[in-house]
Amino acid sequence: MSDITHSSGPKVGLFVTCLVDLMRPSVGFAAVKLLEEAGCQISVPESQTCCGQPAYNSGDTNNAKDIARLVVDEFENFDYVVAPSGSCAGMIKEHYPRLFADDLEMTARIFNLAKKTYELTSFLVDVMNVEELESRLEAKVTYHDSCAGLRELGIKSQPRQLLSEVAGVALEEYEEAETCCGFGGTFCVKYSDISDHMVKKSIAALGKTDAELVVGGDLGCLMNIQGKLSRQKDEGQASNLKVRHVAEVLAGMTDGPAIGEPE
Amino acid sequence: MSVVPSTSPNFKANVKEALADEQLQNALANIKNGFVRNRRIASERLAEFEALRDQARDIKTHTIEHLDVYLEIYQQNVEASGGQVHWAMDEVEARKIILEICQNADAKTVTKGKTMIGEEIGINEYLEENGIEPIETDLGEYIIQLRGEMPSHIIAPATHVSKEQVADAFKETHTELDADRSLEDADDLLAEARAMLRDKFIQADVGITGANFLIAETGSSVIVTNEGNGDLTQTLPKVHIALASIEKVVPTLEDVTTLLRVLARSATGQEISSYTTFSTGPRRATDLDGPEEYHVVIVDNGRTEMLAGDFSEMLRCIRCGACMNHCPVYNAVGGHAYGWVYPGPMGAVLTPGLMGLDEAAHLPQASTLCGKCEEVCPVRIPLPTLLRRWRDQVYARDLSDWMTKWGLKYWAMFAKRPALYNFLANPKMRLLAWWAKKHGHLKSIPTLKGWTENRNFPAPEGKTFHQLWKERK
Repeated sequence: MSDITHSSGPKVGLFVTCLVDLMRPSVGFAAVKLLEEAGCQISVPESQTCCGQPAYNSGDTNNAKDIARLVVDEFENFDYVVAPSGSCAGMIKEHYPRLFADDLEMTARIFNLAKKTYELTSFLVDVMNVEELESRLEAKVTYHDSCAGLRELGIKSQPRQLLSEVAGVALEEYEEAETCCGFGGTFCVKYSDISDHMVKKSIAALGKTDAELVVGGDLGCLMNIQGKLSRQKDEGQASNLKVRHVAEVLAGMTDGPAIGEPE
Repeated sequence: MSVVPSTSPNFKANVKEALADEQLQNALANIKNGFVRNRRIASERLAEFEALRDQARDIKTHTIEHLDVYLEIYQQNVEASGGQVHWAMDEVEARKIILEICQNADAKTVTKGKTMIGEEIGINEYLEENGIEPIETDLGEYIIQLRGEMPSHIIAPATHVSKEQVADAFKETHTELDADRSLEDADDLLAEARAMLRDKFIQADVGITGANFLIAETGSSVIVTNEGNGDLTQTLPKVHIALASIEKVVPTLEDVTTLLRVLARSATGQEISSYTTFSTGPRRATDLDGPEEYHVVIVDNGRTEMLAGDFSEMLRCIRCGACMNHCPVYNAVGGHAYGWVYPGPMGAVLTPGLMGLDEAAHLPQASTLCGKCEEVCPVRIPLPTLLRRWRDQVYARDLSDWMTKWGLKYWAMFAKRPALYNFLANPKMRLLAWWAKKHGHLKSIPTLKGWTENRNFPAPEGKTFHQLWKERK
């Protein structure tokens, strides 16, 4: 924990998530910026990889438990653990306790970790009471609720509340905001045809709005939506819709290319 | 294995077929503005709806925990009102009992109300094999019987069939009618079905219905319909057989009224269905109508085993269909793709329990675990949790496909070794980013074929977060 960036305020361990680490580190830096501005001291434990969800959702409980133990070891001593993902935060908060339900030794540690783990936007609003942001983006924006954030953690108002604080953002809801985009982790690879059908429906609904930018709290869903938009463009269906993680917009870090766009 | 053939092992091929079926896709598109919209309106109009769901859950949980007690009370009260209860351990026993009752009544034709347990035990085929003609009287069931299909939805069995297809099926089978008659309007179809069924109701020797509930304190069976066909099925013939699985019993009339309040709203968005009919025993001396014999066939068929295992919560299900109406996977592929009697999320949990996991291993996997089903379930069955429990068994019993198995092993090797992960992740991502730099995405990645056959793969930014964080310090 040598990399503390603030001298007062709660100590927050950033759970970067594997997708943000590998695919879009700028989301991690956006999260750091937002958390620092909210007055947190940020640490990023080096020995983190993934929350274990791919194993857990595939029935491989042994590997899921091994990975969960690593997360507990690395993160249990922070005041809070924050992830820029409803799905990974949900895994720690909702599913780790289930995973260790019959392990008395781990139960107390798991519950301790679960109760202080948050998804980024809900942490900023519900814990840090962030009411103002200094960011600006002139854009018509729509928000996609990712399933785990919405239904496991009840995240609905928090990202919208924060987006309304970004100067220039005009938020417009789209009809299928709460409908699964078809990502589903390994589902999108294993049942690619069904996943494809689902994401096409999401995109058709997005097309009915004036939004130029769709944002969300989970990179998996966003990569799925953008990947399909991009393929449809190859196939001649023009769309100007761009895709970004909500943290990028909230932190005012939208100068770089949007997801899947060339530099 | 079941006596009713299944195509669940061919799930992926079924899916391809379903997604390419334009007519089916048009039919599925109606669910959103029908069942889903109506449920939302109905539930929003009832302030106590969420509290009722809690009560409904508690009633079912309590009953299932004391199932032996309530089934015994139920039997006593059926017998006290002059009816007979028959117990069937499995589908084979259930079929035999029903056939025997029909043969004792010297039955030539049997009318049938809607019964999913009847589908589960394949009663129609069995009666036909034994020279008895079963006639479905629920319009949807009648249509799929003519078409030789399974239901594609538990409350709207012919939801996949278009009006034109119904007209075709009617012209093909109702050959005694004028071949040039018009069947363009839904009303024409309805009138014709009604006319065809009217005589059948009167001629039938036995009527078989399902039961939405069995009431322990009164010994009654309850059916919920919108067409009135169930009432004619159970009151006109000499013999009425109510066919139900063990978990249909509830303690009291009061309990049933609570469950009815969530059932219709969750299913069709109605406050109550057009007909809710209670049957208690055979016709009494003072009754104007009703059957001479009243039989209840109670089927276990794998439920006791579920009760004792990890899936007992599934036995709360009251068969409203809300989970499938709201399921994005069901809405994409329809009911037949699931390959057996019960589709959608409830089917994906129930089918492996009833048929065995080897037959149905795909079903619990084919879900994004989005949680919408649990959100709308009137008895709050944690369907995603139960789907995960099946996945645990699929993995433990080594029924996963090799891609999943080896993919997981490979991924876990890195996920469990942060040093190795960090050592390799950074150069790998930089390579991928360099490769994808020009377009910002990749059109094809051989190891991620499932992704890139339908979508582009967005390029990573380059260095990993951990690498950049180290450099920033």
